Amino acid sequence: MSEQGETATLTARLLERAAPKRADFEDLVIVPVFAVVVALILGGVAMLATNVDLETIGRSYVALAYGSIGSINALSETITAATPLILAGLGVALGFRAGLFNIGAEGQILMGGMAAVVVGFSFTGLPMLVHLPLALLAGIVAGALYAAIAGWIRAATGAHEVILTIMLNMISYRLVDYMLRMPAIQRPGRSDPISSSVLPTAELPRLLEWLGPNLRLHSGVFLMLAAVLFVYWLLFRSTIGFEFRASGESPEAARFAGMRSGLIIVLVMALGGAFAGLAGANQVLGVLGRASSGFSAGIGFDALAVALLGRSHPFGVVIAGLLFGALEAGGRQMQVDAGVSIDLIGIIQSLIILFIAAPLVVRALFPWGFRKGAPASKE
Amino acid sequence: MKRSLKTWLAATLLATSTLTGFGAAAADFTACEVTDTGGIDDNSFNQTAWKGVQDAQAKLGIKGRYLESQAETDYTANINSLLGQCDLIITVGFLLGDATKAAAEANPNQKFSIVDYAYDPVLPNVAGQVYATDQAAFLAGYLAAGMTKSGSLGVFGGINIPPVTIFMDGFHQGAEYYNKQKGTKVKVLGWDPAKREGLFTNNFDSLDDGRAFAQNLYDEGADIVLPVAGPVGLGSAALANELGVDKLKIIGVDADLYLTDPERKHVYLTSIMKRMDATVMEVIDSAMKGTFKGGVVVGSLSNGGVDLAPLHDMETMVPDELKKELATIRQQIIDGTIKVGN
Repeated sequence: MSEQGETATLTARLLERAAPKRADFEDLVIVPVFAVVVALILGGVAMLATNVDLETIGRSYVALAYGSIGSINALSETITAATPLILAGLGVALGFRAGLFNIGAEGQILMGGMAAVVVGFSFTGLPMLVHLPLALLAGIVAGALYAAIAGWIRAATGAHEVILTIMLNMISYRLVDYMLRMPAIQRPGRSDPISSSVLPTAELPRLLEWLGPNLRLHSGVFLMLAAVLFVYWLLFRSTIGFEFRASGESPEAARFAGMRSGLIIVLVMALGGAFAGLAGANQVLGVLGRASSGFSAGIGFDALAVALLGRSHPFGVVIAGLLFGALEAGGRQMQVDAGVSIDLIGIIQSLIILFIAAPLVVRALFPWGFRKGAPASKE
Repeated sequence: MKRSLKTWLAATLLATSTLTGFGAAAADFTACEVTDTGGIDDNSFNQTAWKGVQDAQAKLGIKGRYLESQAETDYTANINSLLGQCDLIITVGFLLGDATKAAAEANPNQKFSIVDYAYDPVLPNVAGQVYATDQAAFLAGYLAAGMTKSGSLGVFGGINIPPVTIFMDGFHQGAEYYNKQKGTKVKVLGWDPAKREGLFTNNFDSLDDGRAFAQNLYDEGADIVLPVAGPVGLGSAALANELGVDKLKIIGVDADLYLTDPERKHVYLTSIMKRMDATVMEVIDSAMKGTFKGGVVVGSLSNGGVDLAPLHDMETMVPDELKKELATIRQQIIDGTIKVGN
């Protein structure tokens, strides 16, 4: 019992950081900027510690910049990597705003992607105008339904959504493995878990093919932008968004104000799952063209970091997603140009998250960046 | 702040470009490898292919680079980021088959070579490297059947794909051949060659799975286990190390694990070597000489592309008679008296 209470307060504290009650410039801008800078510096220190010489470190950061924003191809890769992170990050952010810690984006991406793939290869002869939206819709609905399971159990029994979504992630891994072996889904002639290829009529068209055959930027980016605007409108301009935020800030007050908390929980989870499902559909229809057992590639977990880093604001999520996309694309170039291990990018990402999650450390490290006497923490 | 960063960037860029400018004369051929998710230091598959590049660096004076894939979504991106920077791009593994094909078709002037994949029809700019691994696995199966005390052998794979199951087929067939010759009833657990079903970890990176699968096979009575899953097998080796070699022995795959895993070298009965280093080097050599052509390079017992590793410390434990039989069978496979595979 006491342990459960402890988890609850910990989550509450994290949520407070993830969804700030009022715009706090210092927490919103200065801390993330410092976090990135410190992470890059410490990344350099980590390289030094593993016997990488200074010249290579310099070269690898140049490669990081070049590989993420230095050319059309780099920008295309950055945005391609950022799109699913932002979509799934929006879903997670919605949950944060409503006081729900949805760890299940990974599973929702898998379910959404699977549904999109199945629709994507099953219906032959449909025009693209029908087929593509249908496949996307399948992804959205599958993600929403899968997340709604956790929301419903939470609302009906009070079981904690963190545990529920983690467990649903586990189930989704095996479910996808199983589905990919079903004769109707598995690619003919293959015995490993891989689906048939998505038909051209369900593929998200590439945008820059006329510039070069290797530019992977696809029209999923428009879906992402639309989703960002939609979430902004939903959260800050609509009644239901107000109800979401109200129940996030004070569930009891929201209940006394006549809001139906159970329904809101299910709705928020389903909406979050819809965005994660769309992220999964975006991957299989825009990037991979098929599903295989690991196609979610940890995007659902990176999305948690993106939502945290973006302070659960749709625009913040965009910036954070672009940063993570840039780190991924640039990290690849780091490996090519400087021969630095890709794991280093993982270290830098983790350091950024660490410093975001611990603003006190950043304040202690850079006292001059903050107003004197400002409250160090809002507890 | 902004300006100083810019000048610093420019200076570093300039420095690197002059540096590479000087080096270009000595080595202007670059071979690049894209690994699968096992990583470059997997002690087996990707590492052996990389050894081929390193050998070429030492002997032919080329430059080598590699790029590790962390997830399946990286394959295409990794190949793309090497385009135009490498004279030859070597993609390691069956799972990169689709990505390599797409990149090769989009970039007809870029030379590719892929390990464990043969395209049909042949792509003019891709040299596939495939291996008659079942020939060496047959020998390992025969050896293991001759060495088991419990009468049960175990095998499990990474993913149910042809380059993995060919090990299991050969191993199974070798053990069956031993049974036929000696009238014994050695069982092979974990693979049914007729149904094409068996034990698979469904990944190439979890050492925990390697331990758990070996434990299960051991609990079922197997005293020699063949893990065909790259680094996953290191987990099985750790288990054998704890149980003791008299209770559980491991057969390595791809590289001679006695040499690449020196901390646990005593647990390896032998290794089924897939000499990707030899074929990779061969393809690099042909690309340098201008004799590169699309198609398939096959490694077999006869050309040394696959082989059984030396017994090392187990040398004294294996009876001389068994060794003699192995040498005969080896010869019979090469001259075709014994047919391995279908």
